[in-house]
Amino acid sequence: MLNKRFLSRDLFRRGAIAAAVLLGLTGPAFAGWDGLNMTKGVTELSAKIYDLHMLVLWVCVGIAVIVFGAMIFAMVRFRKSKGAVADTSFVHSTKFEIAWTLAPVLILIIMAVPATKTIVIIEDTRNSELTIKATAYQWKWQYDYIDSGVNFFSTLAESSNFARQKGSGIDPNTVENYLLEVDHHLVIPVDTKVRLLLTANDVIHAWWVPAFGLKKDAIPGFVNEMWIKAKETGTFRGQCAELCGRDHGFMPIVVDVVSKDDFARWVETHKPAIEAVPDAPASATNS
Amino acid sequence: MATSHAHDSAHGAAVEHHDHKPYGLTRWLFTTNHKDIGTLYLTFACIMFFVGGAMALAIRAELWKPGLQIFDPTTFNALTTNHALIMIFGAVMPAWVGFANWMIPMQIGSPDMALPRMNNYSFWILPFAFVLLLSTWLVPGGAPAGGWTLYPPLSLQGGDGLPMTIFAIHLMGASSIMGAINVIVTIMNMRAPGITLLKMPLFVWTWLITAYLLIAVMPVLAGAVTMLLTDHFFGTSFFSAAGGGDPVMFQHIFWFFGHPEVYILILPAFGIISEIIPTFSRKPLFGYESMVYATASIAFLSFIVWAHHMFTVGMPLAGQLFFMLSTMLIAVPTGVKVFNWRTTMYKGSLSFETPMLFALAFLFLFTIGGFSGLMLAIVPADFQYQDTYFVVAHFHYVLVPGSIFAIMAGVYYWIPKWTGHMYNEKLGKWHFWLSAIFVNVLFFPQHFLGLAGMPRRIPDYSTQFTDWNMVSSFGGFCFGFSQILFVIVIWQCVRGGQKAPARAWESAHGLEWELASPAPYHTWETAPDMSTIARGAQH
Repeated sequence: MLNKRFLSRDLFRRGAIAAAVLLGLTGPAFAGWDGLNMTKGVTELSAKIYDLHMLVLWVCVGIAVIVFGAMIFAMVRFRKSKGAVADTSFVHSTKFEIAWTLAPVLILIIMAVPATKTIVIIEDTRNSELTIKATAYQWKWQYDYIDSGVNFFSTLAESSNFARQKGSGIDPNTVENYLLEVDHHLVIPVDTKVRLLLTANDVIHAWWVPAFGLKKDAIPGFVNEMWIKAKETGTFRGQCAELCGRDHGFMPIVVDVVSKDDFARWVETHKPAIEAVPDAPASATNS
Repeated sequence: MATSHAHDSAHGAAVEHHDHKPYGLTRWLFTTNHKDIGTLYLTFACIMFFVGGAMALAIRAELWKPGLQIFDPTTFNALTTNHALIMIFGAVMPAWVGFANWMIPMQIGSPDMALPRMNNYSFWILPFAFVLLLSTWLVPGGAPAGGWTLYPPLSLQGGDGLPMTIFAIHLMGASSIMGAINVIVTIMNMRAPGITLLKMPLFVWTWLITAYLLIAVMPVLAGAVTMLLTDHFFGTSFFSAAGGGDPVMFQHIFWFFGHPEVYILILPAFGIISEIIPTFSRKPLFGYESMVYATASIAFLSFIVWAHHMFTVGMPLAGQLFFMLSTMLIAVPTGVKVFNWRTTMYKGSLSFETPMLFALAFLFLFTIGGFSGLMLAIVPADFQYQDTYFVVAHFHYVLVPGSIFAIMAGVYYWIPKWTGHMYNEKLGKWHFWLSAIFVNVLFFPQHFLGLAGMPRRIPDYSTQFTDWNMVSSFGGFCFGFSQILFVIVIWQCVRGGQKAPARAWESAHGLEWELASPAPYHTWETAPDMSTIARGAQH
């Protein structure tokens, strides 16, 4: 018995040391907070979503500190090996049980209120200034600017496509934006409420650019909508986020957010060329 | 140590007489004995755990670094699909039925399950179901690769593997329903006189509620996959918009099954943890009745939260709010359970044998899974989390250090009763520490990957995700190979070892500990008397 107890304590200590060593080894090897946490993004919505995420995260951390702290206290304080004797009469307390039912309800309300407000804003697609229809295919995206008639396909960039083949011999680390680059970027103007209509031609896909905060399914036979209002110019990358078959991992989304003037110029240069081939089939546009 | 004197004196001769059991293969093929069937279920679950685990390691090997090294993308998708189906339907669910078979009759003073012949059928269906599922790897079109959720239209693109998978799911469902009926009939009709519902051990309670969930939702799954079958072969358009159907309807039906299924996988774990923590705290379970009510509340809520799995399909505002709020409510009864377990330890006298270590790890790590679950309930945040590795981390935290750790805790706890031997405590502790450390190395970094933007179910990824994928894969291999220790400990314990007393743990309560170790082939042929029940009472 005595022997067993020693062994148990010894193993505890060994386990703790191993865990500490592992954390120490992996910790510093990695880049900062960016690689660990959700992005704040570049839209009003993505910032709100980030704030909600951090609120819930910190609430959870707070609860964890209390609950885990209490458990660790019990594990340290009430050890049989330290001579603890069980108080077998302490098996029920209406007071405690009501308290730990009501306290979580209050905490949940604190989180539910801002979450509800945010959903209401997310769902308000009125007053958009530009509408783009995105159609998903296995495995590419087609973008159709409803107002100006600009229409094109967007597929995985060749450099990534070569490197991703099995046995290609190309090190993905040498490819710029590996798997996150396409031949034709989606271009949208800054500070403009852009409504995105989503549908699909074959199976269900999902359109997701983390910097814009939202993700929505593209479903064959149905049209979903979401809106983006980017506050900064730049290039933002995302991926299909619903398993859609063999090349699900290889149909990225790249969006250029440009100034309103640049956008107007871009539309002008792209309108005629594309209009020459209305209803262009996939192969024609891609070749 | 207290042996069951009353039992021995009353039934000693009878036990000897009835202990003649058939030998060889026919014993196992034709058995109607709840202990034999329990062993079959647990053995089957263990084999499937390693089959599914091998697939998990194959997945983690491919994800070690960017680029496709081992598998083509379709094979990778088939691996993730089959890993999930095998772990859920082949490992965790049969393990729970195995525990139910072994423990419920012994815990309620019943000689066997109520429907022993059906018990035999419900087990022997399973090997056929999984042979069918695994043989899809050999047919044209290959194994199912559209995800275990089988969303159409993608799942309908499958080849000959599709009808085989659907039929395999039908068989698994039939087996589960039979097992659930058996559990309900046994608990409702076979309790020894004096064991009222609110005197049942919590493991029996959680299984009773689980069995009702199974009966409620397995037919729903069967219906959903049958509609897939008719859409594919008989020209119906349940899920095809072109024919007036709706692909999203499948998701609603599937998750109406799928969310209660989540609780089918975890409620028996709650039961086992509620047995182990009091034993090693040397103190009765805190708040027994509120535990029962919390379990029932969780089961009820599980039916009205399903659409939180599909917030991105485009739901009306009211729908999003309803499913967000109902999902958040689940945190309340789950919190009650965690607080009760914690308070059971308070003012106790704790010791840390392997079952207790696994139960404590469950308590910590399942709670982490609960936190990420709460985060996922927040709809706007879910728009970022949905279908990323954050979700993968979440459900693996509740299933691996949740369900699987509870299964391991239960095996270490009751194996002295099953085999009559104590397991090797030193190896058991090694198994625990390796598992507990590496399960975190495996799954914790996946939270970071998801938040940083890595989608799930992709065979290859952008280079900024490399570091944490390597850590995760390293943890995966260490965790996987640590499980070999588990088999070694069990094998040693079956073969021999220190003789276990009837009450293998000094403070264990419950009727199973009133029986000799190993439990005789036939037990409680005469219902336990009042004094035995009182001695075994948990509270």
